[in-house]
Amino acid sequence: MTPIALMGALEIGLIFALVALGVLISFRLLNFPDLTADGSFPLGGAVAATLIAGGHDPWFACAMAVLAGAASGWLTAWLNVRLNILQLLASILVMIGLYSINLRIMGAPNLPLIGAPTVFSPFIGEQFERGWLVQPAVLAVIIVLAKLGLDVFFASQAGLAMRATGANPRMARAQGIATDRMILIGMALSNALIAFAGALYVQTQGGADVSMGVGTIVVGLAAVIIGETLLPSRSLWVITLATVLGALLYRLLIALALNADFIGLKAQDLNLITAVLVGVALVLPKLKAKLFRKKGKKS
Amino acid sequence: MLKLFKPTLLAALVSLSFTAGAAEMKSVAVTAIVDHPALDAARKGVEDELKAAGFEPGKQIKYQFQSAQGNTATAAQIARKFVGDQPDVIVAIATPSAQAVVAATRSIPVVFTAVTDPVAAKLVKSWKTGNDNVTGVSDMLQLSPQIDLILKVKPTAKRIGMVYSPGEVNSTIVAKELKAELAKRGMTLVEAPAARTVDISTAAKSLVGKVDAIYTNTDNNVVSSYESLVGVAQQAQIPLISGDASLVKRGAIAAMGMSYYDLGRQTGKMVVRILKGEKAGDIAPEVGSKQELMVNTTAAKKQGVTLSAALLKEAKEVVK
Repeated sequence: MTPIALMGALEIGLIFALVALGVLISFRLLNFPDLTADGSFPLGGAVAATLIAGGHDPWFACAMAVLAGAASGWLTAWLNVRLNILQLLASILVMIGLYSINLRIMGAPNLPLIGAPTVFSPFIGEQFERGWLVQPAVLAVIIVLAKLGLDVFFASQAGLAMRATGANPRMARAQGIATDRMILIGMALSNALIAFAGALYVQTQGGADVSMGVGTIVVGLAAVIIGETLLPSRSLWVITLATVLGALLYRLLIALALNADFIGLKAQDLNLITAVLVGVALVLPKLKAKLFRKKGKKS
Repeated sequence: MLKLFKPTLLAALVSLSFTAGAAEMKSVAVTAIVDHPALDAARKGVEDELKAAGFEPGKQIKYQFQSAQGNTATAAQIARKFVGDQPDVIVAIATPSAQAVVAATRSIPVVFTAVTDPVAAKLVKSWKTGNDNVTGVSDMLQLSPQIDLILKVKPTAKRIGMVYSPGEVNSTIVAKELKAELAKRGMTLVEAPAARTVDISTAAKSLVGKVDAIYTNTDNNVVSSYESLVGVAQQAQIPLISGDASLVKRGAIAAMGMSYYDLGRQTGKMVVRILKGEKAGDIAPEVGSKQELMVNTTAAKKQGVTLSAALLKEAKEVVK
């Protein structure tokens, strides 16, 4: 693997680390199966790309994307807690609706940003050739800040209340926690992170495309699962760290798959390789447990 | 003469002995956003043209192909892998793949193909030369001949229906321009957007009674489930005219389409020019030059029109 391919894998891995952190909040902490991501990721991209193409500041565009993402997550949660629509169904409704909204926002299915200013451009020279190094570096700073921010939040009173809501809603209510409000805030936070990832993604990849959301949730989940397989822990700062590492590892594995001609694999096998990798990550913890049990019996 | 010759020979020998000639080998990397008959045909065209010019993939040149399998994040990663491999030319098939590659390099020559509007997609600044490291071949169809074809099939047509997916930039561009082009002739476009393949027959049914003919472009969703459109057209006796030649065998009455294989050959010619030392920026982007007329007489009968003898004579291929 060449350094540029490696940095490219890290770059996309870092962006999807934000998605994975969002998925971690909904799936693991709130216990809310949420498919909004496939809509909120391109939503963030659409909002950011449209604003940047319209001459606005890239950071302002990111901020608006975050707000839009938060609104979409809040809407999913609202459909669930206020209108009692099943969690999965509520998120599917929002995801489907966002497809049309994204088309409306962009005004076209594809909005190119090649040559437009981005949050990365102040750090990249005229010649652009440093881009492959600068973009992952800037993203790494953003992801570290996001991770630390989440760690601080989930150690606070509000964050602990949110985790209690996901772990045992009845007990949480008995403790006087407004669980509905926690779900609304948590889902907004989750999708705000995912939309932020979408906004950063369009700025690294030359533009927004309405199809870019397809499979976002699968990648996010894969990262969370790979992370908790590799680094099982109950303390939250390790869990968020594992999630970020999971996202990076997932992209490195894809990069390896892209370079796998030497074992006779071809381009069309990529999706299969991905499925096998995630499958293995899922089975690994159980396998490990079994193995250790057997060893225990022997001794 | 000898003086000049000697060092070159020596250098060639040295490089041969060190790397068995591999260092001198040119390399081409090809990527496509998804595997699909038209895009595959374009890729085949590129490969055959390279072979014809003495750059046989795997023999005279290093060659690799990667498909993003419909995932834009994978397309981005493939772009980075290719840039890291430093090939002599990167060929990018379809808009999302081309954008990912162009965003990843400003130095390696990029040749796009099967992109409808490379200027709107910001792959190139203009249709002229001087686009730094990017050039390529567009599959944009001239719409005026398309309308001529519709009128040859159904001379009384005034209202034209179009089924397409609103999520495909290629289709939305065609819809917009077709509307303008039809207006010039006092005709109207009735749009029937279908976001998913399963929506296509519903969209087609919404056109019944409102249109005299239905036109479709190379929309991926429409192409992949064209049969549902044919069913509606037969029931309602509305003639189907297409911009994709492959659809004539599947039930369109007539198509003036681009051959994606020939588009690939045209793209391959550009790749060869760059391999031989020309700069990508010195080659102006082109539009696919070969358009072929195909007609289907059985489909015409089923959809209630009789094709004129002149049209049949004009066709390169008649499907019965």
